[in-house]
Amino acid sequence: MQKLFQAVRSTQIWRSIFRHGYPDTPRNRTLAVLSNTFLHLHPVKVRRSGIRLSYTWCMGGLTFFLFLVETITGLLLMFYYRPTAEHAYQDILALREHVPLGVMREMHRWAAHLMVITVWLHMYRVFLTGSYKPPREFNWNVGVTLLVLTLLLSFTGYLLPWDQLAVWAITVGSNMARATPFLGHEGPGASLLSFGGLNLIHAGDDARFGLLGGRFVGEGALLRFYVLHCVGLPLAAATLMAIHFWRVRKDGGISGPL
Amino acid sequence: MAEEIKEETKEETKEGAGPRGPGLVRSPLRGEVSRRGFLSVLGMGWGVFTAAAVGMTGAMGRFLFPNVLFEPPQEFKAGFPDDFAVDQVDERFKASYGCWIVRESTGFYVLSTTCTHLGCTPNWLAAEEKFKCPCHGSGFVKTGINIEGPAPRPLERYKITRAEDGQIVVDKNTKYQQEKGQWGLDGAYLPYA
Repeated sequence: MQKLFQAVRSTQIWRSIFRHGYPDTPRNRTLAVLSNTFLHLHPVKVRRSGIRLSYTWCMGGLTFFLFLVETITGLLLMFYYRPTAEHAYQDILALREHVPLGVMREMHRWAAHLMVITVWLHMYRVFLTGSYKPPREFNWNVGVTLLVLTLLLSFTGYLLPWDQLAVWAITVGSNMARATPFLGHEGPGASLLSFGGLNLIHAGDDARFGLLGGRFVGEGALLRFYVLHCVGLPLAAATLMAIHFWRVRKDGGISGPL
Repeated sequence: MAEEIKEETKEETKEGAGPRGPGLVRSPLRGEVSRRGFLSVLGMGWGVFTAAAVGMTGAMGRFLFPNVLFEPPQEFKAGFPDDFAVDQVDERFKASYGCWIVRESTGFYVLSTTCTHLGCTPNWLAAEEKFKCPCHGSGFVKTGINIEGPAPRPLERYKITRAEDGQIVVDKNTKYQQEKGQWGLDGAYLPYA
């Protein structure tokens, strides 16, 4: 057995992937972390208090885990779901009735709800432990952006079932964009942007229109929300998460107890 | 630009810095480039890059707003006045154009189907003589005045006029709000005897 391991570890394939020996010396342990893309984002050393459940609640880790769940279940759902007014609702029903493991969409939905909860609790924990203080101010801001992205992912996913609840919830939600300063046609300052009595900002070209691709929640809105939900926002979130984890390491690991 | 560089290069050489002087950056393609020339090329390059980036960002923003919309037009002809019964709320244009046309004994007005609370679409309940929103229960009487629920103000009215052929024309680009005292303006009401 020992010989077999030795043989595998001496092949060129193994040695091209792992460029260090057993992590039994400080040097090799450091190399194991430094030469691995994923471990490289993680702190080299973690404080004993950093893994105490009562200190971190593991809420950041759970949020990341749920993001992975969302990515995998969402990818599977994309094989069946077509974001058009004609098919969307039927495909959602089909996902429950005609596809094995009809609970897949529910898993995606439950994990989404859970992720919103865990990300808020993570923020609450970070606040309570004062982990937003220097040198972690920047990472706090990255985290707040990630929180907003999580809410936007939840919001864009809300429209995709294309039922009455979805359409009216997004109608109500996107009406907030009407009140964007200057860029929303009912927002403060929008009436100042007029040219010879003609309003430059109106229902046909304001911020809400750009979001929905129309004056009301229609097929254009469904497609835009789908693309944002499946590509745009997850890409942004994944990028920021890499920065977020890496900054935890750079800012001295998980903060210690007060 | 290339000529400028050459000129400056000559000047530098004349001043005696020498072809291998410390102020020169050697380029294998064009011979010697002075530090000033190099910096101006660099500045120009960054300028072009910035302009391209800003232009492309603007273009991408514009990309979100299509030139053609497959939505019902904002202005449409709704038929002749006699097509509408007195004291009735006409729902023919609710689904397609998002408005009700109401005829009274003295004239017409057009109500928006957008609830003034959060933007859902109320239903006309003929038996109860009121508009009732299914989202949060706002209610409006036939004139559009809010009477119950969370709606903070009356329904909006759209501009209504007569075309030359005698048909009623509804223009959704112009709206009249009661709380701003606009319902008395021309266009908010079409008198008809």
